[in-house]
Amino acid sequence: MKEYRTINKIAGPLVFVEKTEPVGYEELVNIVQSDGTVKRGQVLDTSDEIVVVQVFESTAGIGRDSGVRFTGETIKMPVSKDMLGRILSGSGKPKDGGPEIVAEKRLDIGGAAINPYARQSPADFIQTGISTIDATNTLVRGQKLPIFSGSGLPHNEIALQIARQAKVPGSTEEFAVVFAAMGITKEEENQFMADFERTGALEHAVVFLNLADDPAVERIITPRLALTTAEYLAFELGYHVLVILTDMTNYCEALRQIGAAREEVPGRRGYPGYMYTDLASLYERAGLIKGEKGSVTQLSILTMPGDDITHPIPDLSGYITEGQIVVNRELHRKGIYPPINVLPSLSRLMNAGIGEGKTREDHKKVSDQMYAGYAEGNDLRGLVAIVGKDALSERDQLLLEFADHFENRFVRQGHDEDRSIDDSLDLGWELLATLPEELLVRIDRDLIRKFHPKYRSKEA
Amino acid sequence: MKAESKGILKRISGPVVTAVGLDAHMYDVVQVGDEQLMGEVIRIEGDKTIIQVYENTSGIRPGEPVSNTGLSLAVELGPGLLTSIYDGIQRPLEVLVDKMGNFIERGVTAPGLSHETKWEFMPLVKAGDAVAPGAIIGEVQETNIVTKIMVPPKSKGGVVKEIKSGAFTVDEVVCTLDSGEDIKMMQIWPVRVPRPVTEKMNPDIPLITGQRILDGLFPVAKGGTAAIPGPFGSGKTVTQQALAKWSDAQIVVYIGCGERGNEMTEVLTEFPDLEDPKSGKPLMERTVLIANTSNMPVAAREASVYTGITIAEYFRDMGYDVSLMADSTSRWAEAMREISSRLEEMPGEEGYPAYLAARLSEFYERAGRVETLAGDSGSVTVIGAVSPPGGDFSEPVTQNTLRIVKCFWALDAKLSQRRHFPAINWLNSYSLYLDTLSKWYDENVSPEWNGLRTWAMEILQKEAELQEIVQLVGSDALPDEEQVTIEVARMLREIFLQQNAFDPVDTYCSMEKQYDIMLAIKLYADLAYSALKAGVAPAKIVTITAKNDLPQIKFTQDYKADMEKIHKAMEAEFAKLREALR
Ligand SMILES: Nc1ncnc2c1ncn2[C@@H]1O[C@H](COP(=O)(O)OP(=O)(O)OP(=O)(O)O)[C@@H](O)[C@H]1O
Ligand SMILES: Nc1ncnc2c1ncn2[C@@H]1O[C@H](COP(=O)(O)OP(=O)(O)O)[C@@H](O)[C@H]1O
Ligand SMILES: [Mg+2]
Ligand SMILES: [Mg+2]
Repeated sequence: MKEYRTINKIAGPLVFVEKTEPVGYEELVNIVQSDGTVKRGQVLDTSDEIVVVQVFESTAGIGRDSGVRFTGETIKMPVSKDMLGRILSGSGKPKDGGPEIVAEKRLDIGGAAINPYARQSPADFIQTGISTIDATNTLVRGQKLPIFSGSGLPHNEIALQIARQAKVPGSTEEFAVVFAAMGITKEEENQFMADFERTGALEHAVVFLNLADDPAVERIITPRLALTTAEYLAFELGYHVLVILTDMTNYCEALRQIGAAREEVPGRRGYPGYMYTDLASLYERAGLIKGEKGSVTQLSILTMPGDDITHPIPDLSGYITEGQIVVNRELHRKGIYPPINVLPSLSRLMNAGIGEGKTREDHKKVSDQMYAGYAEGNDLRGLVAIVGKDALSERDQLLLEFADHFENRFVRQGHDEDRSIDDSLDLGWELLATLPEELLVRIDRDLIRKFHPKYRSKEA
Repeated sequence: MKAESKGILKRISGPVVTAVGLDAHMYDVVQVGDEQLMGEVIRIEGDKTIIQVYENTSGIRPGEPVSNTGLSLAVELGPGLLTSIYDGIQRPLEVLVDKMGNFIERGVTAPGLSHETKWEFMPLVKAGDAVAPGAIIGEVQETNIVTKIMVPPKSKGGVVKEIKSGAFTVDEVVCTLDSGEDIKMMQIWPVRVPRPVTEKMNPDIPLITGQRILDGLFPVAKGGTAAIPGPFGSGKTVTQQALAKWSDAQIVVYIGCGERGNEMTEVLTEFPDLEDPKSGKPLMERTVLIANTSNMPVAAREASVYTGITIAEYFRDMGYDVSLMADSTSRWAEAMREISSRLEEMPGEEGYPAYLAARLSEFYERAGRVETLAGDSGSVTVIGAVSPPGGDFSEPVTQNTLRIVKCFWALDAKLSQRRHFPAINWLNSYSLYLDTLSKWYDENVSPEWNGLRTWAMEILQKEAELQEIVQLVGSDALPDEEQVTIEVARMLREIFLQQNAFDPVDTYCSMEKQYDIMLAIKLYADLAYSALKAGVAPAKIVTITAKNDLPQIKFTQDYKADMEKIHKAMEAEFAKLREALR
C-alpha cells in the first residue's frame, strides 16, 4: 500500500492530503505518525487535487511528516457471535483484555437502508414493568423509542430498569443487548457496567465504550459499530436485540465539530444542515424484516440542552424516532421516580402493540382518558395558584385531585417495581373511578361496564 | 436521442460529484462511475458538470467514467402503477427486494413498469377516427380501476389507421396513426415538467375526507392545495394517512418523502385490508406509494415529489380525481438545502437555497381541477405536511408554503399532548375555499349546513375569549349565559372536533353523520339558552344527563335510532327542568 507524505493542511479533526492517486469517497485511511502511532480516518471529500480525511482520533501528533495510507475500502468491522459478553472501545478494539474479534463476517458500518418493502410492522408488546411506558406509551419490539432527558436526571436508571425488566410476555426467544456509550463519564460507565454485572446481563451484551475523555470524533463511528453488530445479531443470528445508545447529544456535538472544521454553512444553532439525514442513518437502523427471526429495538438516550425540547438535537430526533419518553425535572424535584412526563411523551407504535389479544381491549381508551384527565388537571394547577381552589367547580376540583393521584400513584413506582400490564391498567381504572362517569367521554360504554371498578365490584 | 457523451469524475463529495469532459445539458440523466450509478446534472460550469447522484457514492473514485444518457429524469406511465411502491426515482421496491435482498444496495436499476406483464387492452376508438393528443383510445381494467390509454400529449395526433385488441405488454404497439406514429400503452414523461391540460377550472367541489374538522370547518376543494404543519408527534402522518384512506378521490398518490420506513410498511400492510367506503374494494387498488425514507439517498428524496406528482397528473389526465399527500415537504426542502450547500451556493434564509419559494410554488401549482386534453374533467389535490424545526411556524418552509396553499391545517402540540386528535387548532387554521364550496354544501348536505358551521366557529371563538377570563377569575365567576356557552364549546370540541383515527367506526364520518352530530349539539344549545331565559340555573343546564350519551354516537355504526333517543331525552329533560320552576 502506497504511503503519501503530502499532507498540506490540518484543521481540527480534518487532514488535507494532496497529489494522491484516485481515492474513493468514504474510504478508510490510516495515518502513521512519525512515532509510529497509527490513527484511523475516513475520506470526506475526494478529488484529483485534494483529499479531505476526517480522523477519528485526536489529530495531536499528526504533522506534514506523517504518512497517509488509503486502504482502498470503506470502513468494515469484524462481527461474530463471540462478541456477546465483550467490552470494546468506541472504535471497536477490545477493552476487556480479551482477544481481537475473530471475524465470521466483515460488514460495512455505513449500513444500507432496509428496503421499506422488506420491513415487517412492529407489533409485539414489550412489557417494561413501568406504568407510564406500558400503559400510556407502549414500547413494541423493533421500535426506536428514545429517552429525552436533561442533565442530572435519572435517565440511566430508567434505561437500566427497562433493560432489566423488558420482556415480551409469553416469549422465550433469545435476546441480546448492544450498549454504545458516547462521551459518557467514567461514573456513568460504572453505573451501567455494575448493573449489567449484577444482573448477569453482560453475558448477553456487547459493549462499546467511548468515554468523555476519549476522542470526540470517534463518537461518529461508535453508534455505527453498535448498530452493525445489532443488525448482524438480529438479522443473521436471529436475536432480539435491544440497542442502548447514550448520549446522542455527545454524538451530535461531534457532528457539529466536524461541520465547523469543514467550514460548512451551519444550520440551526450551528449544527450541520444534514443532521436530520445523518441521525436518520442511525435511528432508522431499527425494526423487523419479513421472514427474519430477530429484531432491533432502539432505546437511545439524549440530554436536552437547557431542558429544551425544541433544541435541534431532540427536535430532529423526535422527527425520526417512533415517539419519545420525556423525563421531567419538575417531577424529579417532587421526588417522583421515574419522573416521566407523559404529556410530551409518545409512542407512535403503541396502537399496533396493544388491544385485545395483545394487552387488553380497554388499553387505548384508558390511556387516552388518563391523558385527557391529567392534562386538564395539570392546567388547572396554574389557575388554582391565581384564584384559589374554592373558585373551581366541583368537576375541576376532582380533575385537580386526579392529576395529583396520577403523579403519586401511577407515575411513581420503585426502581425494582415490575408492574404487569394488567396491574398498570387496573391502577389506571382505580384513578379514573375518582372522576364522575360522565367525564369519561373517551371510553365506550361497554368498556366502562366491563372494567370500571364500580361495576366490577358489583359483579364480585 | 442525442449521442452518448462520456466524461470522467473529478471530485466526489457525498451525493454531489463533479465530472469533466462531459457534453451535458441541465437535468440530463447520467451514469456515474464504474457501477453506473444514476445521477442528474444540476449545474454546468465551464468544462465542469455537477451531478447529484441518486445512490450512495461510497468508494467511488476520481477518474471513473461518467456517461450522459441525454435523457431527462422521467417516469414510466401506464398499466402497472396502481398498488406499486417505488423509491424516489420510480424503482419498484418489490423488485429491488428480489434483486438485492432486504437492504437497498446500489447500482441496481429496475424499470418503473413491468415490461413483461401482458395487459388486456380494450380499444375505444376504431380505424378512421380522428384522435388528438391526450385522447383516450382504449383502456385496461387494471384493479377495480380502469387505466385509460391515451395518445401521448406530445404526439401530433391524427387519424387511427389500425387499432388492436387483446393482451399486450406496455412496449407493444396497440395503435398506429395515419402519420405512421405508433402508440404504445406506456408513456414516458420527464418529472420536472408539468403535463399539459386544456384549461384550469375553478375548484368548487370539496374533497370529502370523512374527517369532521376538515369537512366541517376547513374543507379543501378537489384540485385544491392544503398544508399540514406541526411539530413532531402532532399528527401530520396520521392525518395524511386518514386522508389517503377515506378521502373520496379515485386515485391516491402517497409520497413518504424522507420520513420513517415503518410508516410506509404500515400503509403497505394496512391498505390491502381496508375497504374504500365508496367502491367496497381494497384501498390499495387505487393507491400508488412513493417511499424514499429518511435514510435513503437524499438526491432521490429531492426527486420523489416530482415522481409522485407526475404520476398523479397522469391519472388526472384520464379524468380521475387524484389526491396526493407529501409527507413531508420539509424533508424535500432539506434535501434541496443539502444539495445546494454541497454546491456551495449562496444560501438564503436558514441555509435554504434562494429558489426554495419558487420550487414550492411550482410544485403546488401542479395541483388543480382541470379540463383534460381529452375534454374530460379531472383533478389533483395536493396536501403537504410541513415539519417546522422546533414547531415554530415562522421558519422559511412553513412561511413560503403558506403563501401558496389555500388551506392551512395548523397542528398544535398543546392539543396533541392532551390527546385531542386531530390536533388541528381551530382558531389558527383556515380554508380559503369556504365561499366557493358553500353552494355544494347547500345542495348536497343541507341548506342549514353553512349556517351551522358559522355558528360553531363563533362559539369556539367566543370560548377562547372566555377562557382568558376564566384563567383570571375561575369558571364559576362567569355570567350564566357564558357558562352555557363554555359547555356548548366543550361539546363541539369533544364530540364534533375530536375524532379517533384508530377507532374502527370513528375513523371515517360521513357528511350525513357530521351534520347529525352538529344538529344534536345545536339542539342542546337552543334548549339550553331558552331554559336559561326561562330561569333554569346554569349548573342544572350544563349537567343534564341526556347529553352524556352523545359522545358514544361517534363509535356507533348505525347511530340513527340512538340519536333519535338522545334528541327525545334532551327535550324531555329540559321540559322537566322548566316544569320544576313552576
Ligand atoms: N385541549 C384543548 N381543548 C380545548 N381548547 C384548547 C385546548 N388546548 C388549547 N385550547 C384553546 O387554545 C387556547 C390557548 O391555549 P392556552 O391558554 O393553553 O395557550 P397559551 O395562552 O399559549 O398558554 P401559555 O401562555 O401558558 O403557553 C385556549 O384558551 C383554548 O381555547
Ligand atoms: N386522529 C388521530 N386519532 C388518534 N390518534 C392520533 C390522531 N392523530 C395523531 N394521533 C396520535 O399521534 C401520534 C403521532 O402522529 P403522527 O401523525 O405520526 O405525527 P407527525 O407525523 O406529526 O410526527 C400517532 O402515533 C397517534 O398516536
Ligand atoms: Mg409524521
Ligand atoms: Mg372526471
